[in-house]
Amino acid sequence: MNASIEIDNVSKHFKLNHARADSLKERVINLRRKTTHEEFWALRDVTIHVNSGETVGLLGHNGSGKSTLLKCVAGIMRPTSGTIRKRGRTAALLELGSGFHGDLTGRENIYMNGSILGLSRVDIDRIFDDIVDFSEIEDFIDNQVKHYSSGMAARLGFAVAVNVDPEILLVDEVLSVGDEAFQRKCLDRIKQFQRDGRTILLVTHAVDLVRQICDRAAVLDHGNLVAFGAPGEAALAFREHLRKKGAEVPHDLNDPTLLRNLEVEIRGAQVVYPRPESAYIHPSDPVQIRVDYLAPERVDDIVFSIAIFDQDGKMLIGTNSDLMGDDPGSIDGEGTCIFEFDRFPVLDGVYLVHLGIHSHDGGVVYDQREGQETVVVLSEGRDVGLVHFPVRAHIEARATPISG
Amino acid sequence: MDVSDRPGPIQRVRRIWTFRELLVNLTRKELKIKYKNSALGFVWSLLNPMLYLVVFYLVFTYFIPASIPYFPIFLLSGLLPYNLFSAGLGGGTTSIVGNAGLVGKVWFPREILPLASIGAAVVHFGLQLAVLTGALVVFRYQPAWSYLPLLVPALVTLLVLLAALAMTLAAVNVYARDTQHLLELVLLAWFWMTPIVYPYAQVREKIGDWALLNPLTPVVLAMQRAIWGSHVVTIGVTNKTPKQLTALPDVGQWWYLRNLGVLFVISVGLLFFAFWVFGRLEDNLSENI
Repeated sequence: MNASIEIDNVSKHFKLNHARADSLKERVINLRRKTTHEEFWALRDVTIHVNSGETVGLLGHNGSGKSTLLKCVAGIMRPTSGTIRKRGRTAALLELGSGFHGDLTGRENIYMNGSILGLSRVDIDRIFDDIVDFSEIEDFIDNQVKHYSSGMAARLGFAVAVNVDPEILLVDEVLSVGDEAFQRKCLDRIKQFQRDGRTILLVTHAVDLVRQICDRAAVLDHGNLVAFGAPGEAALAFREHLRKKGAEVPHDLNDPTLLRNLEVEIRGAQVVYPRPESAYIHPSDPVQIRVDYLAPERVDDIVFSIAIFDQDGKMLIGTNSDLMGDDPGSIDGEGTCIFEFDRFPVLDGVYLVHLGIHSHDGGVVYDQREGQETVVVLSEGRDVGLVHFPVRAHIEARATPISG
Repeated sequence: MDVSDRPGPIQRVRRIWTFRELLVNLTRKELKIKYKNSALGFVWSLLNPMLYLVVFYLVFTYFIPASIPYFPIFLLSGLLPYNLFSAGLGGGTTSIVGNAGLVGKVWFPREILPLASIGAAVVHFGLQLAVLTGALVVFRYQPAWSYLPLLVPALVTLLVLLAALAMTLAAVNVYARDTQHLLELVLLAWFWMTPIVYPYAQVREKIGDWALLNPLTPVVLAMQRAIWGSHVVTIGVTNKTPKQLTALPDVGQWWYLRNLGVLFVISVGLLFFAFWVFGRLEDNLSENI
């Protein structure tokens, strides 16, 4: 199998009309008025070569151009300049269940989808049972797809794409849908594909997935390729970009959602990494979070609180100075509250820090600051999941072999 | 495979051939969707020409005796190719916009979509032709056997012309959605400008064979000549001096074949032009849909 993808100097220019002139009438009316449209480059001079049998991940936040690039590779969009060459039959999974028609039955949609991928009826007949088996929807195969749950449609979509025997598989975020069991099944199938030496281009924002299954990864930011290399490297570059992006978010004092009386004000906050040269920690490293405050007048009832969230918004820990048995009593003037973490036992990720200063009963919030600081954790191992458990494996061989 | 360049016409034709299975499936889908949740299904396609047949038979036999003998047969002979044209072009024009879900999510040669609309129109045409054949049997009406082979070049030519126009309009309609509404008016005007309810002789009297410039005319004439045959009609009944003329030129098969031949060559040229236009408009197709 010698399938590969060559993306050379690809740029894609979008023209977004603010009020889309979709009809001739509107065009004629708007003829003399200067049309207001926003032009931007969704991709700028991107070059990525995916070798035969390689799995490459495309990382990037929303709007980075990663999905546009995948659509160009799939042939759905045509780049404004540059060339894309593909060798090998391609199956694209841009959205599970895409290309399904609700009024047709599951069976009819399998034939439709197969023929979209260029298969003949005979070809599809041969793989039909495998598709149905994989999708686990035997009982509903002759029902209209519009009556399927989104999970069922997703399963059927994935089942078709992986069973048509593609040499190149393009995947966009699809592993994030469906139940866990099915996700694992999809992942297993993708790993099977890798063993078979097929070429895979995968779009995701899940760094874990990239570390887990990709040979190389590319990072896109605002249409530019900012990194392309080993998964660890790319993951770090991606985090750097996220961090920078986070730092750019201005603190909006007029944000009405924040109820703050500013009797005590957070003047600044800082994540202090143990090694000044690297802006990340390993799970076993200590880390400090320093909160500088200013109380123009004496305040007697005061608690400093901190919470760490992951990217999905799940709180990993929420605590405060009161719970830790440290009551500052009263404060007056400037100072710094330091939260010291001996370890940060989580796996890879960018974690958001929420800070607050409030009264003991929480009734008065002096100031708060949400997710402006981040803690970047880079685990050394290739463990997957959320928590960094210190774990070791021992293999104890019996003295006498049972056989022989 | 290079997915970033515009493919040439030859490559496009080859791709369509590779994806013929999809063409069949999309055609089938179009037919299925049209009659989804209806008990009679395909029978509706038969009922339309049947109703035409009965109504026109009654009206033009009892209420307004037509000057054209066997008027229902005459009408259907010309109406069927027009229906094919109008259904294929109408469906084809909206085909890309109507399948936005497919176009934005999966790749396949986009021109398959208008072609599938034409495919569905061809199936309807077949059903209507069956009704017409049934009528010929019931009325014990003999078609002009020696002209019957003309049906083949007439249909082929019509399909090539239809493919060229439908592909172009399908792509244009993505950028200017008024196309589909404008088309409805154009098709209505086109119907009355084609000798379907009146005989060709009537137009020829006024403007001569210039009437053949309407590309539907050679096709309609071939159909009428092959199925309805040749009869003498009275032109200008309301005038003081009505004339007796043969409704269709009685100059042999070659005249009909020549007209179709010229139209065929033009249509093939249009088809290449359509591939070119389609290729250009395809550049920003999926983001404009």
